[in-house]
Amino acid sequence: MFNPNESLHLNYTVITDIIEDGAKILDLGCGNGTLLKMLTDKKHCSGLGIDINQNNVIESIQKGLSVVQGDIDEGLKEFEDNEFDCVILNQTLQSTEKPDYVIEEMLRTGKKGVVSFPNFGYWRVRFYLFFNGRMPKSKMLPFNWYDTPNIHLLTVEDFFDFCKEHNIKITKSVYIKRGRISKNPFNRILTNLLCEEALFVIENV
Amino acid sequence: MHKESGSVGLTKTQYFQIEDKIRLESGVEFGPIQVAYETYGTLNGKKDNAILLLHALTGDAHAAGYHDENDKKPGWWDDMVGPGKAFDTDKYFVISSNMLGGCSGTTGPCSINPETGKPYGLSFPVITIEDAVKVQKRLVDFLGVKKLIVAGGSMGGMQALEWSITNADMVKAVIIIASTSRLTAQGIAFNAVGRNAILSDPYFNNGDYYGCENQPEKGLSIARMVGHITYLCEESMHKKFGRRFQYSDKPNFDFNIDFQVESYLDHQGRSFVERFDANSYLYITKAVDYFDLAQKHGSLKAAFEKTNARFLVMSFTSDWLFPTEQSKEIVYALIKAGRDVSFCEIESPCGHDAFLLEFETQTKIVKSFLAKGAENV
Repeated sequence: MFNPNESLHLNYTVITDIIEDGAKILDLGCGNGTLLKMLTDKKHCSGLGIDINQNNVIESIQKGLSVVQGDIDEGLKEFEDNEFDCVILNQTLQSTEKPDYVIEEMLRTGKKGVVSFPNFGYWRVRFYLFFNGRMPKSKMLPFNWYDTPNIHLLTVEDFFDFCKEHNIKITKSVYIKRGRISKNPFNRILTNLLCEEALFVIENV
Repeated sequence: MHKESGSVGLTKTQYFQIEDKIRLESGVEFGPIQVAYETYGTLNGKKDNAILLLHALTGDAHAAGYHDENDKKPGWWDDMVGPGKAFDTDKYFVISSNMLGGCSGTTGPCSINPETGKPYGLSFPVITIEDAVKVQKRLVDFLGVKKLIVAGGSMGGMQALEWSITNADMVKAVIIIASTSRLTAQGIAFNAVGRNAILSDPYFNNGDYYGCENQPEKGLSIARMVGHITYLCEESMHKKFGRRFQYSDKPNFDFNIDFQVESYLDHQGRSFVERFDANSYLYITKAVDYFDLAQKHGSLKAAFEKTNARFLVMSFTSDWLFPTEQSKEIVYALIKAGRDVSFCEIESPCGHDAFLLEFETQTKIVKSFLAKGAENV
């Protein structure tokens, strides 16, 4: 059975593997701090989290993390260029108001960025809309159209286009499908159809 | 039985004397100085488990517990200080002292000038937050403290910031609640109204009113009334008083107290004059107005580059006197200076007063923040 928690855990493991030991990281939309805690414990990262939600901030502080309550849509103007080794935007891109601005700010303040999001091009999502005629819901997309925080859903193809238009280089791609990493995606079209969640490491060209 | 949280019990204000003179920021050499203080808990062998609490505008050394079994009210931060509480007196040696220029046991304008045998009045030197910290430093040295955590709300937060900069090698962690690195013009304006009310009281007598039959009570109580408006917010006032009348359900058609909110302010003003000195109000509000870290150090970032501590900053959504934006200014300057900082904006309808009221959320956050430090010791 597919378990979203397992998938989330997998996602954390993937990111933890990607991040270099001792890196200075910024976790945008850090939630309750689980990932940031993993990174500080396992990878000895020095890190800062940002989250808009008071309870998330409190839970993160309870984990012993340094977290600042704030709105990432307001930009990261307080941070210097290349201040962080890596800026993480985990499962948050699709709920930002200005995703293009957030990514631009990520890559200004971080030497590289890690972005992950649920792929709206996943075949089940497409089938849901096609056959039900309603906005797709799944374990990854559990909300109703009217209360979803996911206001900027996108597909893997959309992201490729975006990176091309904005001179962003993808240096690593990880595709997750039903709680597993798909190692050898056949081609772009099939990837967009088969992956449920995508994770990219990006840099400015 | 496990003691979840409790009171520090009966406490007593103690006094420490600085016999020599201290050089004030204005250049004036001033002394001797008496410092009123209280301590709760025990200083450990390494002398590094101290927490210095810094009071707000009109606070005193009596932060926790009761002075007398018949006391109706405990110290001003009793909700946060005690066994098992946010500032856990089972773990920490908690110190609280009355600020220089105050009127609750520490030398201030109402103290006797040993050279004249009379109260200082307006001959008391103008003091700053830095001066207050200098005096507190003498106290903690006297108590044998080597390392400490500093914590304060409102003006107490200003002192905590000052501590972290001027005593960087001593301060391990800093907790700043509903505070700022400099008051807004609006904040200064409210203090100015308060001071004007005192200065224009017919009984103020140029600050020389001690022992007189009439005291500048009206001026001081108006200053307090203005202050209280700034400590609340529209929502909290509306909830507390609405437009309700105090004595009946219809207007009196005169200029006596009609509305509940008028009665509340009147009560706050009246009870304040019983415990506070008008001259102290002038001096301390002036110290608050002068406080400006960016101006003093070139920039806020430059100020915080001198620090060596971890920071926790908290603000409250409805606080318009020390708004969240000002806390964020501190937070981002700390980040720019490469310091470890956490920040939380606590949802509260209580205005600036929230820092003395919303203790449950603050307790959660402060405990976690302090626990992180404990691992590193």
